[in-house]
Amino acid sequence: MSKEIVASIKENVIQGRKTKDDIGIDDSLAGTPGVVELTEQAVKGDVSPQMIITEGLTAGMQVVGEKFSTKEYFIPDMLASAEAVGAAMDILKPVLEAASVESKGRFAIATVKGDIHDIGKNIVAILVKGAGYEVHDLGIDVPTEKVVEFVRDEKPQYLGLSALLTTTMTEMGVVITALEENKLRGGVKVLIGGAAVSQEFAKEIGADAYCVDAFQAVKVLDGYQQGD
Amino acid sequence: MPRDGILVDRPYERLTREQVELIHRASMQILTDPGLISFNKEAVDILDGHGAKVEAIAGDHEIWHVTVPEQVVLKALETAPKSVKLGARNPDNALVMNGDEPRVYLITGSETNIWLDVDFPTYVNKADPAREIRVPEFKPRRGMIDDLCRSAHVCEHLEMVDGYIRTVNIQDRDITEENKDVNKFFASLNNNTKHFMTGLTSLKQLDNVVRMAELIAGGKKALEDNPLISFITCLVKSPLQFVDDTTATFIEVCRRGLPVAVSSSPQAGTSAPIKEAGIMAQINAEVLAGITLGQLVRPGTPVLYGSVPVRARMDTLNDSYGAVETSQYNVDCAQMARFYGIANYSTAGVCDSKVPGLQSSIERLFSDIVVAMSGPQYLHCAFGLLDCNSVFCLLQAVIDDAHFKMIKSFLRQPRVDQAEIDTVLKQIREVVATPQKMYISHIRPVLRSGEISGVYPFEGTGDVDDAFEIAYSRMKELLATPVQHIDERTTARIFEEVPGILPRLNVYERGK
Repeated sequence: MSKEIVASIKENVIQGRKTKDDIGIDDSLAGTPGVVELTEQAVKGDVSPQMIITEGLTAGMQVVGEKFSTKEYFIPDMLASAEAVGAAMDILKPVLEAASVESKGRFAIATVKGDIHDIGKNIVAILVKGAGYEVHDLGIDVPTEKVVEFVRDEKPQYLGLSALLTTTMTEMGVVITALEENKLRGGVKVLIGGAAVSQEFAKEIGADAYCVDAFQAVKVLDGYQQGD
Repeated sequence: MPRDGILVDRPYERLTREQVELIHRASMQILTDPGLISFNKEAVDILDGHGAKVEAIAGDHEIWHVTVPEQVVLKALETAPKSVKLGARNPDNALVMNGDEPRVYLITGSETNIWLDVDFPTYVNKADPAREIRVPEFKPRRGMIDDLCRSAHVCEHLEMVDGYIRTVNIQDRDITEENKDVNKFFASLNNNTKHFMTGLTSLKQLDNVVRMAELIAGGKKALEDNPLISFITCLVKSPLQFVDDTTATFIEVCRRGLPVAVSSSPQAGTSAPIKEAGIMAQINAEVLAGITLGQLVRPGTPVLYGSVPVRARMDTLNDSYGAVETSQYNVDCAQMARFYGIANYSTAGVCDSKVPGLQSSIERLFSDIVVAMSGPQYLHCAFGLLDCNSVFCLLQAVIDDAHFKMIKSFLRQPRVDQAEIDTVLKQIREVVATPQKMYISHIRPVLRSGEISGVYPFEGTGDVDDAFEIAYSRMKELLATPVQHIDERTTARIFEEVPGILPRLNVYERGK
C-alpha cells in the first residue's frame, strides 16, 4: 500500500499535478488524486516522511530534471512539478518537525530596493522550494534594512538577491555591505541573479555565488549541502 | 483526406479591385493588340476554329500572328475548373485547391543542373592552434539520378513539403533525351508518396509516363480519380509567343485530361516591362492565352494559373529572384488568379545567393513570407534552391522546411471569440489576485497543443552558430529513415511495360 501510494506521488510529480484538478502533461491521470491529496493520504496512512520524500518527491523531480535536460520538458513543466513538491513539503513540515528531521536549509529571497521585477525571483523560489529547502520570499522592492532584519531574526543559511535593472543591481552590494556592518555576513551565503548581473559583478560586490538561472541556484545550494 | 496546407485567413493583397480590373482589361487589349505570335501550327488551328484571328507571317519559319478576342477568353475561363485535385501515391497526400480559397500548399522545385554537396572541414586558428572550428564547405557538382532519389526521399519526410517537383536534372551518362522522362518520373515517384509535378523533356514519352502513373494508381480510371502526376508547361515565351514544342506538349497533356500548370515567366526589364502595371498586364495576358488554349483543346481541363514573374538584375540582366519587386509581382499574380477563381501556381523562396547562409536566408524568407501571405494555392517555394534556380542543396531544403514551419505557425488563424475572452478574463482575474502574479501555470494546457510555436530548431548550445551542423544531422537522419517504395509487383509491371527505366532503380532487384 505504502509503496503504491509513494509510486503514485512520484508519477504525479512527473506529471506536475499538484491537486486532482490539474491535468498534467497528458490527461491520463485526470480526476485522480494529485500530489497534495496523495501526500495527505500517505501521512494519514503512516507512510514514513523520508520514504515520501526520497522515493516519491525527489525521485519524481529527478525524472523531471532528466526530461528537462533532454528538452522533453519545458520550464512550465518543471515549475508545475516543483510547485507540487513544494505543496507536499508544506504538508510534511509538521511531521518532519515532530520527528526532529531538519530541512535542507532556510533560503530567503528578495528583489532589491528600487526594483519591482519578480518573475525570475518567483521561479527561483518555486524551484528551490521544490528541491526541499524552506523558502521565505521577502517580496519585491525590499529595503536593505528589512533584509538585514530578516537575516538577524530568522537566520537563513542562504540569501538570494535579484535585480533586473542596471540601476538597481548596485543595491545588492549595499545589502552585502550592510550584512557585514551588522556582523551577519559570516552566517549567510549570498547568491545573486538577474539579467543585469554577472559572475564578475558577483565577485566585485563580494557575493558567494552568481546564478545564471533558477536551476543553477538549486545546484549551488545543493553544492553547499554537500560541503562544496 | 487531402493535406491541410496553410489556410490564410486574410490574404495580403497589393491591388485594389479597380487595379485588378484595370490589369484584366489591359490584358484583354494585349491579346488583340498586339496579340501573340505562335510557332505552333496546331495551336493556331485550334484558336482559329474558335474565333481567334490568325495570319501567317512571311519568313523562313512557319509563324502566325494570333489575336484572341475577349469573348473567347471569357468563355474559356467559364469551363476552367474552379477546383483542382492533385492526387498522390498516398491518397492522404492529395491536394485540393479551390480558386477562391487561399489555402497554400508548399511545393519543391524546380529543376537545377547543379547539386551542392556539403562537408564540414575543421579549421585551426593560426594564432591559437588549440582553437578549432568546423565550417561548412559547399562543393558543386553535376546532378545525377541518385541525387534525385535522395532529394525525393528527404522531401518525403519534410513535414512542410506538400508536393514534389523534381529538384535536380539527371545528367548520368546513361540518361538520354529518350529515357530521361521515364527515369525522372520513376525516381521521384518511387521515393516520394506526395503529388508529383514536372515538365516533359520529350513529348514521345508522355504516354509512357502516363502509363507508369496508371499502373501506380491502379488503372486509367483510378488515375483520373487520383491524378498523382501533373505537368508544368511554359508554353508561352515572353513576350507573348507560343513556343512550338512546349505548346505541343501542353495540347497533348490537355487531351489526356491530366492537371497542368500554364506557366509564364517574364523578366521585368527584358522580356516584360519593368513597371509593375506592365509586367502584370503582360503575364496575365500570357497565362490567360494558355488557359484559353487548354480549355479549347478539352473543356474542363484542370489548369493552374502559373506565374513565375521575376525582375532583371541591373548588373547582369539575369533573373533577380531576391529582388523585392519579384515578390510584389507574385503577390499580384495570386490576386489576379483569385479574381478569375483559378488556383494559382506561384513562386517564392528562390534566391540570388549561391550558397546557404545569411543572404540566402534573408532573400528566401522575405519572399516565402510575403508570397505565402498572399494565398497562392500551389506555392513552388524553391526548397533547397540557390543561385536563381540553378543549384540545389539538400541541406538548404531541410532548413527551409523548418522556416516554413515557422511561417505556418505565424499564419494560424487568430482565436478570439466570446468563449476565449471569457476564459482569459477569468484567468487574468485569478492570476492578478495571487501573490506571485504569474501566468506560467496556464501555459501547460496549451504547451503541447500546437498553439505555441517552438524555438528555432537548429539553435546551437554555445556561442558558435551551429545551425548548419544541426540541420546536416537532421538531413542524415531523414536519409536514414526509410520511405515507402512502389510495391514489388507494380514495380515489376512498370519495368515490363515502360521502356527505358534504368535497372539500378529497381530496389527489388538490388543484391539479387
